Amino acid sequence: MPKEDSTRSWEDLGPAAGNGLFDRRAFFKGGAALASAMTGYTLGATARAQALLDDPWSAVPGTPTGPYESPSRFETAAVRTMTNPNGEPRAQQSRTPHHLLDGTFTPNGLHFVISRSGPPDIDPDQHRLVIHGLVRQPLVFTLDSLMRYPTVSRMAFVECGGNSAPLWSPEPIDATAQALHGLASSAEYSGVMLSTLLEETGIDPSATWLIAEGSDSLALHRSVPLSKALDDAMIALYQNGERLMPGNGYPMRLLLPGWEGNMNVKWLRRIELVDQPAMSIYEARTYAPILPGGKAYQFYFLQEVKSFITRPSPGLGMRGPGFYEVSGVAYSANGRISKVMVSADGGQSWAQAALQEPVLPKAFTRFRAPWRWDGGPAVLQSRAWDEAGNVQPTRAEIVAVRGEASRVPSVNGFPSQHYNGPTSWGVDSDGEVRHVYA
Amino acid sequence: MSTLSIRAVALVILAVGSGAVLAQTPNLGQPIDESDIAAWDIDILPDGTGLPPGSGTAGEGGPIYAQKCAVCHGVNAEGGISFALTGGEPLSNGIDTAKTIGNFWPVATTIFDYTRRAMPWTQPRTLTDDEVYALTAYLLAINGIIDEDDVMNAETLPQVQMPNRDGFIVRFPERTPGGARR
Repeated sequence: MPKEDSTRSWEDLGPAAGNGLFDRRAFFKGGAALASAMTGYTLGATARAQALLDDPWSAVPGTPTGPYESPSRFETAAVRTMTNPNGEPRAQQSRTPHHLLDGTFTPNGLHFVISRSGPPDIDPDQHRLVIHGLVRQPLVFTLDSLMRYPTVSRMAFVECGGNSAPLWSPEPIDATAQALHGLASSAEYSGVMLSTLLEETGIDPSATWLIAEGSDSLALHRSVPLSKALDDAMIALYQNGERLMPGNGYPMRLLLPGWEGNMNVKWLRRIELVDQPAMSIYEARTYAPILPGGKAYQFYFLQEVKSFITRPSPGLGMRGPGFYEVSGVAYSANGRISKVMVSADGGQSWAQAALQEPVLPKAFTRFRAPWRWDGGPAVLQSRAWDEAGNVQPTRAEIVAVRGEASRVPSVNGFPSQHYNGPTSWGVDSDGEVRHVYA
Repeated sequence: MSTLSIRAVALVILAVGSGAVLAQTPNLGQPIDESDIAAWDIDILPDGTGLPPGSGTAGEGGPIYAQKCAVCHGVNAEGGISFALTGGEPLSNGIDTAKTIGNFWPVATTIFDYTRRAMPWTQPRTLTDDEVYALTAYLLAINGIIDEDDVMNAETLPQVQMPNRDGFIVRFPERTPGGARR
């Protein structure tokens, strides 16, 4: 790979990998105009546009602005899919439409939600957070009191341990990025560091874990190593600048950046410091993935380095050959994303993608790569590295360690958890994009 | 982080928490006695910490199961709209093998804890402690883990040896208190 050099002209930037992938620096040196020039598709090749006339919506005054903005009536597709809209007695999953979003913030209304028994209807004035157990002094906090504490803001992704579970299928399940990877989202959280509150309660030296518990009807609880609590755990009160949505834990949730979604306990009401894990059902049973041979992983805390392409992707038809931006998200519980490579030929050759600044630890990083689709078959893939040196495994590598489901599961099923292998999008000559294995 | 360094951190925090630095934090929490947290403090630890007085047997649990649990978990706990609680194939059959109390759950206290805090689905925390002990005994007995007549209480339940208790590998021992040995 040639050294970055701001004095080089764009003509020096040749193809970066096979099947039409170009150098990521095309974005830095001139944007789409440069990329279109590089890829040989210019305006001259495009039919001339029609003359521009005043549109009907420009001829009359617009509508009053409401108290809380909703998306344009044309944006009906950018919504979550729901697995249990009628609230039957089972968990519900609402998935983020990654293929219709860009950037690194997931809008609050589109952030994924998994709820075991439905979000409780919490009166914030009555809500209490108690910290007790192996502390010097148990303390109760109201929302009002927490609002007066020093506040911290940070970006963080939250990902369900079961996100991407359809990729454990022995055969590829053709579905959108939303259906396959919609149980991960990224947002800016503001709140009080848990360590600040633990300074006030004091910590008994025998404490090694804490139990975090919600005020939902199932009183979901998870055990968290005290070291994580003292590292970067937050009592999150705001998400993307506004109060948490009910589905995401209103009025407060535990935020454990990078760690398995359900450990980020929502509707948080109790933290107990203890000297052993509780072995709650979610750590003892649900989030303990079975390995080939019959043992099972326990305490699979981290959501490891992962990436997937959101555009092009299934559900987004390609409109003829020419320039496209390959765009996606990458993230890791082990810090910042350091590199993303993109392939258009199923992993035979790779081009380095541009990483959208700022690249933040334990948050979505948007990657982009210029691509000229020649109208023939292509297989798009991405692969991410993090600053701790971890690399997203190939499918063969992760299947060798973790196995595959014994049968093709439902797209909403969870045959196992913590899949962080690659996702391959097959593009056929009609411009249809399908999920494939490569 | 090792347990030792966790304790070191904890000691430092205790030291600053009891000293002058305390004045620099807002200090807006209200003190409360553990006895006033009792209604919320419902978790049961694997060593039995938190188990309440009371007892029950499988014979007492069967009718309660039929009345309050079978509608979701199946007449014979074989599963229904919610997951199976008994039976189950060997875990070596595949990574997607259905997990049951018999083939997977590592500790017996989880049964008591989850049943008491979360069940029945539409009326959580309405079972008496005796009923929860009886249901726990019933589920252990139909999995062949205890005998029909065994009494489950705060002393006996933590001593139950679950069949799959040694079936686990700690995924991140360096981040887990106690490391690989749990």
